[in-house]
Amino acid sequence: MIIPRKHAFGCSRPCTESMASRLLAMPRPERDCTHFMRKILALIGVLLAVHVALQFVHPAGAVAAPTGNALDVGIVFDLGGRGDKSFNDGAYIGAMRAAKELGARVRFVEPGEGSDREAGLRLLAAEGMDLVIGVGFIFTDDLTSLAKEYPNVAFAGVDYAVTIDKNGNAVAPPKNLAALKFREEQGSFLVGAMAALVGNSKKVGFVGGMDSPLIHKFEAGYRAGVKQVCPDCEVIAQYAGVTPEAFRNPGRGKELALSQYQQGVNVIYHASGSTGLGVFEAARTLDKYGIGVDADQYKEAPGHVLSSMVKRVDNAVFDAIKRVADKSFTGGIYSFGLAEDGVGYVYDEHNKALIPDAVRQRLEALKAEIVAGRITVPSTK
Amino acid sequence: MNARLRATFEEAVLPPLVALAVAFVAGDLLILMYGQAPGAVWRLLFDGTWGKAYGFGQVLYKATTLTCTGLAVAMSLRAGLFNIGAEGQLAAGGFGAAVVGLWLPVGTPAIIAVPLCVMAACLAGGAVGAVPGVLRAKFGAHEVIVTIMSNFIVLALLNYIVSAKLHVPETLHTPAMHAGAVPRLSGVIAGFHGSAANWTIVIVVAACAAAWWYLFRTRAGYELRAVGLQPDAAEYAGVRVGNTWRNALMLSGALAGLGGVNFVLGYKNYYEDGFAGGAGFLGIAVALVGRNHPLGVLLAALFFATLSQGGLAINAMVPKQIVEVLQGIVIIAVATSVPEVRRVLRNAAGKLAGGRA
Repeated sequence: MIIPRKHAFGCSRPCTESMASRLLAMPRPERDCTHFMRKILALIGVLLAVHVALQFVHPAGAVAAPTGNALDVGIVFDLGGRGDKSFNDGAYIGAMRAAKELGARVRFVEPGEGSDREAGLRLLAAEGMDLVIGVGFIFTDDLTSLAKEYPNVAFAGVDYAVTIDKNGNAVAPPKNLAALKFREEQGSFLVGAMAALVGNSKKVGFVGGMDSPLIHKFEAGYRAGVKQVCPDCEVIAQYAGVTPEAFRNPGRGKELALSQYQQGVNVIYHASGSTGLGVFEAARTLDKYGIGVDADQYKEAPGHVLSSMVKRVDNAVFDAIKRVADKSFTGGIYSFGLAEDGVGYVYDEHNKALIPDAVRQRLEALKAEIVAGRITVPSTK
Repeated sequence: MNARLRATFEEAVLPPLVALAVAFVAGDLLILMYGQAPGAVWRLLFDGTWGKAYGFGQVLYKATTLTCTGLAVAMSLRAGLFNIGAEGQLAAGGFGAAVVGLWLPVGTPAIIAVPLCVMAACLAGGAVGAVPGVLRAKFGAHEVIVTIMSNFIVLALLNYIVSAKLHVPETLHTPAMHAGAVPRLSGVIAGFHGSAANWTIVIVVAACAAAWWYLFRTRAGYELRAVGLQPDAAEYAGVRVGNTWRNALMLSGALAGLGGVNFVLGYKNYYEDGFAGGAGFLGIAVALVGRNHPLGVLLAALFFATLSQGGLAINAMVPKQIVEVLQGIVIIAVATSVPEVRRVLRNAAGKLAGGRA
């Protein structure tokens, strides 16, 4: 803090001076300070000279800001940013694929605070990007207003929250805005069937994060999947809480999972963010199985993660870019389900051994029936 | 008079200048390390901020919030207290303004609604600040601990209220206010179109002037500074130290809370969970670089706002984190040239030398 009447650069008189003299205006010794100040000014001068000199350095490979008529795509991440192993990374992967396969030039913006979301979108839109994507439901309002303001730019919002009017009908987003939604219930249906078939104990578990319509969608699909292959199976469904905190509570997740496993459940599907890490922890402790969500969570507990219900944000983002590339982009609600490869379950070299071939065949048959429209998966409880 | 001017120059202007020069060179080196040309990147940063009306509007918007949190921290530091709770107080202020805006009937004239919302913001922030103030005055509880912890409590509480009781489905914000919206500057200056800069900046600049008046032209302000310099001496001189501490933290909280109106009244017209986004913590840096002087805080807020907005602009060529590194460099450079820090360092060096001898 500033103490009045005292020099900045160590020129103050000794600390023994009295309180009163500090508070009152007192003359100060001057001579030695002048010398010090000259040194500081010289330092500033040298630094500025170096700075000016460095302005003329052009390293090889330095790029100019992108211009030209290639396909320009701008993506604004959510505050979590890249490295979340879920949403934002998914969008990144999709965009990089578009860069490789479609020659799109992609620019990313990582906001630092709330108002940066709109600023980032606006920055990209004002630069004449062909497509601007906001990753996460939180961009909903900003995307809606910007899409109206820049009618010639295409916009897309991952998990865009479609407004429901008073009569319960969805309000269509602006004509140049694509709402990229996922039919999580379809993927949940398949892992529900998987849980019932692999668990083989007439009881399966579900741990949800925040008790909310969004997560009820997962539970509804899961229940339907269980009933499809095992009508007399019981689904034990529990939620970690009623606030967003419920998505960040591994302790609670472990508690719920342990009690479910002890009731005879062998497989638990979680849709609960990092709360699910507690579910895997419980699975490891009791040598049971958990099913992951959003991204492939095998690595969280190798050998105990039966599979994961994945949301393919990368495919949705790639699809949007591709539509802009071949000029078939229109606004509206795009729903990504099993048919569009927008949701699915993980089956790879890691968990192959955990899923018997018969189960795999059954799941693929169910998937085909959903894609063909012969099975309709409910999205509400 | 000449000597006085020079003292001001040395105390208040030189340290930030040194910091700025160091930051420029460090920035050059970082940009070179990333394989880009410094000249081009700085130009991009300038174009995205002061070079364009829109960018400048964004800088003004960000500086408005930072000025409030910077003033809040400066006010408490002048009293010798370290308020780290500006983040929570800022959020509480925004929430208070939004709730009053929701509670007012539709169509309440702005002349009534805006002052009510602003008062609500100050009261909410001040109430949060009063808790550590009273605890410090009555029980000697350390304000650093209490204010840090109050952030968690306030933010979690607001998060609960918004997400469980007051949010629009599928979002994390309250419904839009019925009254109390403050128009944007773009209504008068067309070039600002699209930027969030709004008329609350006038309220904040007025608050800045009021804070200066209070600190340097009133008896209470004099007492506050005296307590900040040496509480025992101030008490001996007849100042009621406990009351001064309490008032300082309350005022500090109210100033931080005032920052919430920038987002709530001026930008979105609703409270959104997490809107503070670190502006409260950055206020500590603003106060430090602004040398705890209201005018300095104003300039420092503009500087940090420029870095923050510029970070978005240069994102095309270099990672945005470069500006975060620059922020850190400026803070360290100013901190080491602040007299108190230098004295501590010198004493430590003296002790070391004495120990060896």
